[in-house]
Amino acid sequence: MSAPNSYVRPMKGWWLKHPFYLKYMIRESSALFVTVYALILLRGLWCLVEGPDAYAGWLEALTNPGLIAFHFLAMLLAAYHTGTWFAVSPKVVPHIYIGESRIPDAFITRIQYVIAIVCYLVLLVLVAGV
Amino acid sequence: MTMKARTNEPIFWSLFGAGGVVVAFVLPMLILLTGIAYPLGWLPEEAFSYDRMMAVAANPFGKLFIFIVISLTLWHGVHRIFLSLHDFGIEKRNWQRWLLYGFSAICTVVTAVLLLVLPVQP
Repeated sequence: MSAPNSYVRPMKGWWLKHPFYLKYMIRESSALFVTVYALILLRGLWCLVEGPDAYAGWLEALTNPGLIAFHFLAMLLAAYHTGTWFAVSPKVVPHIYIGESRIPDAFITRIQYVIAIVCYLVLLVLVAGV
Repeated sequence: MTMKARTNEPIFWSLFGAGGVVVAFVLPMLILLTGIAYPLGWLPEEAFSYDRMMAVAANPFGKLFIFIVISLTLWHGVHRIFLSLHDFGIEKRNWQRWLLYGFSAICTVVTAVLLLVLPVQP
């Protein structure tokens, strides 16, 4: 007996077949990188609790070239996530009106970039301003 | 008419969403600072010194920042990883949810305990 519905479309490499799919996969891959980064921070916190020597060891481990390369990729992917996040958020947030006119989507996206840059600068000044 | 079974999806989606905000507004710069700039010596030696980080972790706002960054980033990450399983042709199963969300939950508890172990000095 034949099985008329047995064909399953192969999935291998589907995301390489169209730029849109590839961008989608790049965005989704950011999840793996930020998850690992959060675990690296958690390890740092753990070492901080253990004491000065353990914490110094954690800082030393961060200078590993492979880990710096990982962080470089993670930073790029987090930034890519940021762009996609700000692009879709106007579709998620409730409609905001000023008088009769609705705040345009492009404004919501742009204002988030402004807030993000302020956040980055504050963080930079707090950390680098010793 | 039948009642639809309740799902816990909104809880995990909310954590994913909150984590997505943290990743967008904090992580690009934080990764640059801790993972690239400091190891390459672009920042002052004291920027991430033991004493300074102990002071940050002793401050209630510092504790809150560390907790939010670590835990919400994880909740965001595991939720997206769970959804991505489908993209690789892996059928979604409940044990995968338990594994990923459970991992995230354990890490959240560990982060909270570590922060509570450290002293509080406003």
